[in-house]
Amino acid sequence: MTGVLEAIKAAIPSAGVEFLKNPSPCSQDSLVVAANDARVVAEFLRDSLGFDFCSNVSGVDWPARKVKVTVLEKETVEGVETEVKETIEREVPGYLEVVYHLFSIAKKSGPLVLRVRTGDRDRDVSIPSLTPVWKGADFQEREVFDLYGVRFDGHPDLRRLLMWDEFADHPMRKDYVAPDDFEYEPTPHDEILVKVKAITEAA
Amino acid sequence: MLDEELKADLQKRGIFVASMEDLYNWGRKNSLWPLQFGLACCAIEMIATAAARFDMARFGAEVFRPSPRQADMMIIAGTVTKKMAPLVVRLYNQMPEPKYVIAMGACAISGGPFKEGYNVLKGIDRYIPVDVVIPGCPPRPEALLEGLIKLQEKIQGQRLFGPHRARHADTGNAADYPVPAYGAHDLEPALNPQIFQPDPPRRDGE
Repeated sequence: MTGVLEAIKAAIPSAGVEFLKNPSPCSQDSLVVAANDARVVAEFLRDSLGFDFCSNVSGVDWPARKVKVTVLEKETVEGVETEVKETIEREVPGYLEVVYHLFSIAKKSGPLVLRVRTGDRDRDVSIPSLTPVWKGADFQEREVFDLYGVRFDGHPDLRRLLMWDEFADHPMRKDYVAPDDFEYEPTPHDEILVKVKAITEAA
Repeated sequence: MLDEELKADLQKRGIFVASMEDLYNWGRKNSLWPLQFGLACCAIEMIATAAARFDMARFGAEVFRPSPRQADMMIIAGTVTKKMAPLVVRLYNQMPEPKYVIAMGACAISGGPFKEGYNVLKGIDRYIPVDVVIPGCPPRPEALLEGLIKLQEKIQGQRLFGPHRARHADTGNAADYPVPAYGAHDLEPALNPQIFQPDPPRRDGE
């Protein structure tokens, strides 16, 4: 992974590529690629590093969230300067993320995980399509567009894949609210059990 | 109507008596032509039922037709998504009368495990009349054969004349059912109120 990162940096010095460590036991680290450079980086990965197969494209919705960050702050108490650890809450704006899993059939290596992020969740939701680089990403990018609302610039045929064309929302987003068409079923469970209780108690 | 006792008595003497209805129904119940289409995993069981081991041909329903205009039985084999539902209704409308529908498996009956989802229809009986429902997830081929036999019994018992005649024998009935349109979030209308009235919410055991 670090070798790939160094190769990218060496070939395309201006490319915005960051290494993102995965702290979980699987330790499947990834590279965060700036949207503007995604196309160039992808072409470099395919042509020079032999990543000839894009096996998977997934969408991730990251709503705006608060993150607790510990920072060192200098504090002057009675003329003595000391460093104090302070925890502050920082607002991280929401964004949509598209994750590409790349393999190299030729070199028998992979997966290489690429992450491309949009600017936000509402207006700036465009990222360049990687379908011109890996043809197999076509339907998967359409699925991400359908369910998450990421617009892929340069996609040859960006239409909804699973939902019908008239559908007004992107159902896999965290803030999606499904139409309230609840109906009783004989084996209510979990959330549905709570709903049934509320309805029967009101009646 | 002929007395059943007299009928049996005559039969012992070598005289067979049958009504026009009986003969007509006997003929068509043993030659059902299913529409060849499957929607999900239930379709695999339907294919197995039609193949050599279970052999639906033993019951006269082996001629799967790829066109609705040549079929008179529709096996809804699998999950009906909201995107697929209008097409299923349109296929049903294109089938000639008399026509029958078997809802095979939990999804076709009620949406099954996907009932609370946003993209699965909560049962095809919202839009078209269903004659036989086969529970299971998916039902085994034996269950589909049992459902077929039940449908044959139903066809055998159908009346062609009189006030209790079958739907297809009543020329006053509309031949086709309204096809729902794609809406912004759901199908519009979400059900056909003429053939489907949902149960109000109730407690268990009521």
